[in-house]
Amino acid sequence: MGDKATRAAFGETLNDLVADGFDIVAVEADLSKSTTTATFQEANPERFFNAGIAEANMVGVAAGLAVAGKIAFTGSFAVFATGRAYDQVRNTVCYSDLNVKLAPTHSGITVGPDGGSHQMIEDIALMRVLPGMRVLVPADYNSAKSALRLAAEASGPFYIRLGRVGVPQVYAADFKLELGKAYVLREGADVTLAACGVMVAEALQAAELLAVQGISAEVIDVASVKPLDVETLVGSVRKTGRVVTCEEHSIIGGLGSAIAELLGEAYPVPLRRVGVKDVFGTSGEPDELMVYFGLTALDIVTSARELLE
Amino acid sequence: MANAPDVGLIRSMAAQMRLDVVEMIAKAGSGHPGGSLSAADIVAALYFGVMKHDPADPSWEGRDRFVLSKGHAAPVLYAALAESGYIDREHLGTLRKLGSILQGHPDSKKVPGVEVSTGSLGQGLSISNGIALGLKLDRSASRVFCLMGDGELQEGQVWEAAMFAAHHGVDNLVAIVDHNGLQIDGACSDVMCLGDVEAKFGAFGWRTIIADGHDVEALLRAFEAAETALGGGVPVVIVCSTVKGKGVSFMEGNAGWHGKAPNADETQRAVAELTAVLEKEAARG
Repeated sequence: MGDKATRAAFGETLNDLVADGFDIVAVEADLSKSTTTATFQEANPERFFNAGIAEANMVGVAAGLAVAGKIAFTGSFAVFATGRAYDQVRNTVCYSDLNVKLAPTHSGITVGPDGGSHQMIEDIALMRVLPGMRVLVPADYNSAKSALRLAAEASGPFYIRLGRVGVPQVYAADFKLELGKAYVLREGADVTLAACGVMVAEALQAAELLAVQGISAEVIDVASVKPLDVETLVGSVRKTGRVVTCEEHSIIGGLGSAIAELLGEAYPVPLRRVGVKDVFGTSGEPDELMVYFGLTALDIVTSARELLE
Repeated sequence: MANAPDVGLIRSMAAQMRLDVVEMIAKAGSGHPGGSLSAADIVAALYFGVMKHDPADPSWEGRDRFVLSKGHAAPVLYAALAESGYIDREHLGTLRKLGSILQGHPDSKKVPGVEVSTGSLGQGLSISNGIALGLKLDRSASRVFCLMGDGELQEGQVWEAAMFAAHHGVDNLVAIVDHNGLQIDGACSDVMCLGDVEAKFGAFGWRTIIADGHDVEALLRAFEAAETALGGGVPVVIVCSTVKGKGVSFMEGNAGWHGKAPNADETQRAVAELTAVLEKEAARG
């Protein structure tokens, strides 16, 4: 689909962080090659712990390492790290406010051929409702590197949503993601496109297509889904008067819901949610699935035009 | 273990903690007396004989770590923390009340001396693994003591953690099972049979020790054996045979007292029984 995958940032950023003096450890559940924590294991074998196929214990061990003062990252796939280990994330990590950073890979439908059992489209919802949890959804490799570093620098629980497939580069290598900040990547006057993760590149493309049709779209990367950048989002819709949310996630509980909750109270405007419409994923190639589930730039254009009619 | 533990002190403390447990649960109007009372001697042995710790400095780096995996036995932990000086005894009367630091299950954000919040069963051994590995990374000589219930062993995560501890050679960890044989719905053997707990841990690669969980001298011998085994590349478990509700005649061996507060009359009888034990220990001391 594009350049480097966000998951490619995982293991190597952990290595960079150790080199920079951060007391990092990683706990994996038998997916180190897929998540790239194997890169970390290679360079820092004494700081890497494989739990085997046991995600609940993976999160519990990471919690204990955090109690002992470490900055503990966990691997595995998004579907297992959030779904299978939910009680561990809730009752141990978040309830104790521990320095655990969940950075599972293979989120969303771009997992591809593995199918619906492995395509996690409810994780933002599950993580977002937990008190104390911060949720970052980086748009590209450089943003993912920065998100991982940000999570290591800040204390307390983080969820960093990483993906399997290559995504177009959006940011320069020196990009510094800030917690609670949204990024206006393109200014516009007619409609706001608020996106996260792989959908940021789709939204940018949609803005190009809309421009051809005489519609001026503002594109915002909402990498920090929790906390949200209230000022930037409200400021944008004050100007445009309408918003399309774009996420590779269920339209229930994710970015679209978060923005609807925010704007419903702060500045209600007509809104459309581009996302997976309350169904499970299915096998297929990532590009095919983006079309199948209505997650392409063209789908965003359609939603934007509906709002303008 | 630092100096030779004072058996008399531990017995007195266990008696006092049992009294605290009954009084605080009675005042709260809810709570879990059965599993708190069955663990009282184990917890007293840890806090007043076995563990290196400093109540005046709860985050002292050299301390041993205690994880109460069976978080519903919070009252006995709170009693130990109060009797050893981590928290003021006055807090005990606030158990489970709005605004209290003493939540229904231990909250590490609120109570000095509580390493990690627990309450959702089956998680303490995983957490203890992590703490123990973190201590090893820091070349610390501190040990981790994790107290589990026996019904709790029905949680699959416990066995994920047991496998992990053996595989990673977590040999600065002592797990303790409060094997009282009862859980909320009745006898463990009726609800979900645990089989041979010691053999199960043994099969998972653990060094196993058994002890009478109400005989302080036997407990201290077990902890000494554990101490000797630590550093040997394998984790250690002490399976303690105990009686649920131990020390209160009408609560002993009765699953109905898992999670129920005594009424005024029952409280009076329980306090009378426990006070008599406390006085006997004081006279002996």
